[in-house]
Amino acid sequence: MSLDPATVRRIARLARIRVEESELGRLQGELNGILGWIEQLNEVDVTGVEPLTGVAQVALKMRPDAVTDGGMADEVLANAPQRAGGFFAVPKVVE
Amino acid sequence: MTLTDLTLTEARDGLRQRRFSSRELTEAHLAAIEALNPRLNAFITVTAERARTQADAADAAFARGDAGPLAGLPIAIKDLFCTKGVRTTAGSDILGPFVPPYESTVSGNLLRDGAVMLGKANMDEFAMGSSNMTSAYGAVENPWKRRQDREAVLVPGGSSGGSAASVAARLALGATATDTGGSIRQPASFCGIAGIKPTYGRCSRWGIVAFASSLDQAGPVARTVRDCAALLRSMAGHDARDSTSVDCPVPDYEAACSRGVKGLRIGVPREYRADGMPGEIDTLWQQGLAWLRDAGAETIDVSLPHTKYGLATYYIVAPAECSSNLARYDGVRFGLREGAEDLTDLYERTRARGFGAEVKRRVLIGTYVLSAGYYDAYYLKAQKVRALILRDFTDAFQRVDALLTPTAPSAAFAQGENMDDPIKMYLNDVFTVPASMAGVPGMSVPGGLDANGLPLGLQVIGRPFDEETVFAVAAAIERAAGFSHRPAIRAGNGA
Repeated sequence: MSLDPATVRRIARLARIRVEESELGRLQGELNGILGWIEQLNEVDVTGVEPLTGVAQVALKMRPDAVTDGGMADEVLANAPQRAGGFFAVPKVVE
Repeated sequence: MTLTDLTLTEARDGLRQRRFSSRELTEAHLAAIEALNPRLNAFITVTAERARTQADAADAAFARGDAGPLAGLPIAIKDLFCTKGVRTTAGSDILGPFVPPYESTVSGNLLRDGAVMLGKANMDEFAMGSSNMTSAYGAVENPWKRRQDREAVLVPGGSSGGSAASVAARLALGATATDTGGSIRQPASFCGIAGIKPTYGRCSRWGIVAFASSLDQAGPVARTVRDCAALLRSMAGHDARDSTSVDCPVPDYEAACSRGVKGLRIGVPREYRADGMPGEIDTLWQQGLAWLRDAGAETIDVSLPHTKYGLATYYIVAPAECSSNLARYDGVRFGLREGAEDLTDLYERTRARGFGAEVKRRVLIGTYVLSAGYYDAYYLKAQKVRALILRDFTDAFQRVDALLTPTAPSAAFAQGENMDDPIKMYLNDVFTVPASMAGVPGMSVPGGLDANGLPLGLQVIGRPFDEETVFAVAAAIERAAGFSHRPAIRAGNGA
């Protein structure tokens, strides 16, 4: 599978990374290089193999579903690029 | 006595015997940082005043008689660990203004045990790299020099390049690092120091800026195996805030360093030979096996047949997870924001400006392999191959107690080398990635020098949660190798 410029543009859009037209060619080459190299996995027979999502070898622990933290709006907002009172502020979304 | 030349455990014993104070020890390291960091760039942030305060607190604890196990020992913290009130960048512009309001569990454990934080160590952006060249805060210089080419500026490896360089140059007694595909072991090998990636789940990931959550694991780098053992004992342990951290006792790793290897079966995986690998790496590997046999171990040929697919599998799984984890950098809640007309434009411009080229490549690859229509062909396939890689290790560990391999297919290379093609850089991790995919512990220990006078590491891989055997084998190699070489650029020797 080889990516065309339209697909690179679509992926960048999905990833919410602005890509200038002038960067498309270089990115397309790099991504196709990496994806082409990954194709070597096609030679591995995985018939009947269950996918491994992670290597944590224990069942996840249960805990009470209780509020254990909170009430720190100022700390949460301390790193906000822009805030309005107790809220994160962003450009207008709905007219 | 030069305080910066002490190992971490020697310095610990000196403090306990009151031969010097933590303040003296800390000032010696701060002076070394002041002298050499402008050149090495191993620290992004130096926290000198905080370090002095912590050193004085440690000295007071010694006076009271209630000093913790690492009291007064100055160390570096990789800038991937959130540190309360101290800027944490992950090597990225997008986190340039970020000051965490909380402390990561691992760095908190070290502070609890009395360690002194000298500052935040430089690293590849979001831990994505093998040379420290992707840091938004500049490259790190490896303190080692080629004998024949002293002008060449070498890379320290990555992603924990600042951690490894600071320890090798004696700017810190030890450092925290993290390893997703080799980011502790490869820089340790390049800088002539020791470093262990423990079993996945041994250290809490809480408060560590996430890269690939099913692979990320914290561990120490230090100048000796025993120093790593002392640091890991404090770093490790169960944490309710990380559901993948494992609730099992943390053993006395230092005791394991003295165990010896008599009667141990050491596996030699025949697939750990890379195309174009220098002959001296193979020679060192054979030497390492001979050392272990001399110490009473038996060496056994084993096969890990899916080794060659480790990297390709990694470059699906890790980008997939990073594309999800890095979605949080949107310019809204923290970090950089780039002004824009509307919200989507804000996201896109912030991420375009805030992420470097390697991070963008991986986010885009990850987005693609998870996208509708391609998920099965790439991501699901990679997860199945990952299962086969784990099976390789499980099978091998039926027959052997540990594996010995080279850590990396080369010694440290120069800045600018391996930069023309992303895949060339990825190949650095060919020997470290499989253990990451399987979640098993791996440690790099210096074995010797190549013809250029550059350090080469050997990797010991162990069973899940059997770091003790890894420490025992690594310590045996360390004793036999008698590695006492020091880098050209180090505290007290600025040349």
